[in-house]
Amino acid sequence: MGEERSTVTIYVMGKAYEVPASLTIMKAMEYIGYRFVRGAGCRAGFCGACATLYRKKGSYKLEAALACQKVVEDGMYIATIPFAPAEKRTYDINKLRPTPNVLLEYYPEIARCLSCNTCTKACPQDLQVMDYVQAAIRGDIEEVARLSFDCLSCGLCAMRCPAEIVPYNVAQLARRLYAKYLAKTSEHLMRRLKEIEEGKFDEELKRLKGLSREELKELYDKREIRV
Amino acid sequence: MRFAYYPGCTLKTTARNYEDSALASARALGMELLELPRWNCCGTVHALAKDDVMHYLAPIRVLVRVEDMNREGILEGNYRLVTLCAMCYNTLKRANGVVKEDPDRMRKLHDIMEREQPYEGKVEVLHLLELLREMGFEKVAERVERPLRGLRVAPYYGCLLLRPRGFGIDNPDSPRVMEDLIRALGGEVVEFPYRARCCGSYHTVERKDIVAEAAYKILSQAREMGAEIVALACPLCSFNLSERQDEVEREFPGFRKIPVVYFTQLMALAFGLGEDVCGLDQNHVDPRPLLRSKSLI
Repeated sequence: MGEERSTVTIYVMGKAYEVPASLTIMKAMEYIGYRFVRGAGCRAGFCGACATLYRKKGSYKLEAALACQKVVEDGMYIATIPFAPAEKRTYDINKLRPTPNVLLEYYPEIARCLSCNTCTKACPQDLQVMDYVQAAIRGDIEEVARLSFDCLSCGLCAMRCPAEIVPYNVAQLARRLYAKYLAKTSEHLMRRLKEIEEGKFDEELKRLKGLSREELKELYDKREIRV
Repeated sequence: MRFAYYPGCTLKTTARNYEDSALASARALGMELLELPRWNCCGTVHALAKDDVMHYLAPIRVLVRVEDMNREGILEGNYRLVTLCAMCYNTLKRANGVVKEDPDRMRKLHDIMEREQPYEGKVEVLHLLELLREMGFEKVAERVERPLRGLRVAPYYGCLLLRPRGFGIDNPDSPRVMEDLIRALGGEVVEFPYRARCCGSYHTVERKDIVAEAAYKILSQAREMGAEIVALACPLCSFNLSERQDEVEREFPGFRKIPVVYFTQLMALAFGLGEDVCGLDQNHVDPRPLLRSKSLI
């Protein structure tokens, strides 16, 4: 570490605080004394509850991150977004069909996309958000589902989009359509489930349950590893 | 020969027959059209305002992807981008022309696109018809297996392939590229004065009557000059001149429907690539009875 400062200054609600430099935004705010009753969930970068906007002192650039993942930097002005006021349309997935225009029908504002790419730059998951919005415009449901698979629905793309599109909700509809109508059913899974139901593995499981810890260990060490 | 290829949104949905027949025909001529691995909408309509920057983002981004293909080694020093949709062609080509001439606008675009790969201005936007002309129509003729003998075809250009001057693929007053192609395919060309008249474009959404009237004038004149079928290169023109024939029939008694196809469908047919590739079942006014009567399918 040497001469590196062990604390940094961050601004929460415009007020300056000295916090340890190694903390995430979320932990730094708790260090200051904030208690999260909203805008915090898994604390592991998976749930998307802690969407946060920040700007560094002296920079015009508005940045986006998950508070539980982003480590504080000196001069950060922080605003948490505990709830994204984003439009979410109501539909009955059983009554929809995966037609080229269905996404446009429920989210017509996607046609306002100018390809500015602000959404992509806001995404804490590094998804190609603009690319999937564009795929949504041309009705490529499978591509939207593929490109948005790792979306956490944190809402930051929607908060930054100048065309007021709600990319993550469009993507959710696309993934639902994909799963229901386009994804291939996995026959081997159905076969295996049937085998389980018919009790094919009952006897072996029973045998394993009766083994001692040592016997299990030995069995584990000798297991066949197929690559 | 490999080329970067930009399909555009419509070719992936309602104009599949255009794309399928074009890609197959190009392949038959030894051209491989490689779809851009990433692409967005072309921007649809060229922005005319001098201070407009935002509407240039979409087309410029598409051009950056062509340079990306070269950077990634998919293409080697080939910056030519082939288009099919007349609207995509027009929007991409004009945006490309504007930013190359206007460093100020280019700089503003790069400011907005910050942290991204800037556009180096290397791309040349082409329409497939230009590539065919460059290759030579005698070469195209050599590939013909089933000449369109006895088929009287009226080529229709509409606006966006020809105008404005300097951006069009041919002389806007007397174009001949599609005429030359049809002759090379063994068909009979029917020239008609309305071949470069506007189809009514986006009026089709709110003012069907305007489009119906335009379609009536264009198509009945083609018919009068002896055409049996119309060939074109734009999905929107195709919609207005095909689907809107239902309205034309209602509003103009005596109007006789006429099939409208993409020039690439005729090309695939003449190359003997099979009916499936042509997607003739997707054309609103069925061209198959006519083509059957000429023993072309």
